Amino acid sequence: MSTTVEMVRRPSSGAEQAPPSGALGRLRWAVVDGWVMTGRNMRHVIRSPEEIVLYFSLPIMFVLVFGYVFGSGMAVPGDGSYREFLLPGVFVMTMLYGLGATASQIAVDTGRGVVDRFRSLPMARSALLTGRAGADLLRALLELTVLVVCGLLVGWRWRNGVGDALAAVGLILLLRLAFTWLGILLGLLVPNPDTVSVIVFPFAFPLTALSNVFVAPELLPDWLGAIAAWNPLSATVAAARELFGNPGTGGESWAAQHALLLAVGWPVLLIAVLAPLAVRRYQRLSR
Amino acid sequence: MTDETSAVVARGLRKTYGRTTALDGFDLTVPRGTVCGLLGPNGAGKTTALRVLTTLLRFDAGHARVAGHDVTRRPERVRAAIGLTGQYAAVDETLSGRQNLVLFGRLRHLPARMVRQRSDELLDQFGLTDVAGRSAATYSGGMRRRLDLAASLITTPEVLFLDEPTTGLDPRSRNGLWDAIRTLVTGGTTVLLTTQYLEEADQLADRISVVDAGRVVAEGTPAELKTRFGADRIELVVRHAGQLPAAAGLVERVTGGQVHVDRETRRLSAPVADRITALADLLRALQDASIAVEDVVLRRPTLDEAFLNITGHGASERTEVAA
Ligand SMILES: Nc1ncnc2c1ncn2[C@@H]1O[C@H](COP(=O)(O)OP(=O)(O)OP(=O)(O)O)[C@@H](O)[C@H]1O
Ligand SMILES: [Mg+2]
Repeated sequence: MSTTVEMVRRPSSGAEQAPPSGALGRLRWAVVDGWVMTGRNMRHVIRSPEEIVLYFSLPIMFVLVFGYVFGSGMAVPGDGSYREFLLPGVFVMTMLYGLGATASQIAVDTGRGVVDRFRSLPMARSALLTGRAGADLLRALLELTVLVVCGLLVGWRWRNGVGDALAAVGLILLLRLAFTWLGILLGLLVPNPDTVSVIVFPFAFPLTALSNVFVAPELLPDWLGAIAAWNPLSATVAAARELFGNPGTGGESWAAQHALLLAVGWPVLLIAVLAPLAVRRYQRLSR
Repeated sequence: MTDETSAVVARGLRKTYGRTTALDGFDLTVPRGTVCGLLGPNGAGKTTALRVLTTLLRFDAGHARVAGHDVTRRPERVRAAIGLTGQYAAVDETLSGRQNLVLFGRLRHLPARMVRQRSDELLDQFGLTDVAGRSAATYSGGMRRRLDLAASLITTPEVLFLDEPTTGLDPRSRNGLWDAIRTLVTGGTTVLLTTQYLEEADQLADRISVVDAGRVVAEGTPAELKTRFGADRIELVVRHAGQLPAAAGLVERVTGGQVHVDRETRRLSAPVADRITALADLLRALQDASIAVEDVVLRRPTLDEAFLNITGHGASERTEVAA
């Protein structure tokens, strides 16, 4: 600390805006602050490249192991390549596993002193959560890009044009957003970042296994098939297969017939339930 | 000083955590442009009071105004007017020092150019320019503390809250911070700080509030507290350890106070009411009893003593201020 005299030179007389009182002004601040927090969270991602490498290794390994090792023995309803059937499933599964990162980062943020700084600033309080969601979506977009490139290399294609393909990506991101809220809630409920990143696995794994990610539900025993068909993961996977024009779509069940509807309905329902719960829990930080 | 013109007003604040009562009728008034020091033993409720006043914590009863705004009803106005450095560092460990300041500046809605300029100024002032690009996780405790302090000064706050701001700082940084606080106050900022260092309170604070068991138990300027709760002391060192008991008896008779004896250093001390009379009487009595004395001093009361007398126990094991 050298000279301290300049410190009082009011750096901001007038430059610092007063908190808005109108609803529109508040919304603008919420958006601006959410964006700033998104940037902050993305910087965390960039600062830890080894985490990204580890992160991508899992889905790529799934593509290789299931696509080439088990893939030869796997059947696809109708005709078609198993790898092409598999890829949309891996896209969605990767979104699910992102949940652990969301939860542990929320736990880290709220467990450390830095949350006090955020909460004592004249920023929108929602920004801590919306910034998390924004960064999760950007990161998911990055992951999807890597996976799409991998997919193209192993022979996966989108066959219904760019519009449908983008719609599929949109649905996948919508599901990711639902998982973000689940992750935020978990991160607030289990404030230990080490624990929370691990507790995700015992429930993410069966959720993937009991879905159409690896096997078409028609090929499962009836009751398992019914569970798999109604699984929120399956809805998005089935809708993505339909939009990408990949094999393994259709099926007898109502759920399979209305995959697009469910791929929108499930995430929206999950967000409608989870987001208010997470926000309520977040507000309890001031107890 | 009326409530309207005071920077901080707390009335009857109560806050319980389960069965622990952290604040129990906490009252405080801090006039604008002054420095108020909160002193109190560990667990007295200092941090809790600061967290309530900075809108971080809801409370059970009472009311509080900061910078003219009600803490419960207009928290966003309060937040826009304050700066806070809490007891534990509140910086983003993953980001670099500069990124931290830029982030907090943007969240204060300053224009981007001004944020960058201000961050550089603060990094310079807090001696962090050399490490500005390194992630805060690699900072030493004192560096992190300085970054934390810089973060609360990105805009000049109307009211600055500092919870044990100099804990963990080296003497140079501590002096620098004291200067910074004095300069801020000259510019009109009000400062409410907690500290375990009584010397710090003595140096900085216009008024001190002593907190114990969730309420303010004594209040006044450092000088007032010292005279009200401390006493002048007389201290003497005898030449021969064998004469200690006899000397102690004399001191007790003359001063009428409780005598403290330190065998190792052959030092005796006792509180006195009338300094000069006591000194004269004691010297005469010692001479009459032929007790050889090496040194005699009269000491002014310290804030330490006042503090001990008010709370009945020490500030904490961390209290290092010399007696
Ligand atoms: N989150 C919490 N949950 C339960 N009890 C708490 C919590 N925070 C504080 N307390 C209790 O409230 C009381 C006051 O704590 P506080 O942190 O305000 O003390 P303090 O004066 O700041 O002490 P220190 O000098 O050690 O920092 C203590 O008894 C403490 O145990
Ligand atoms: Mg404290």
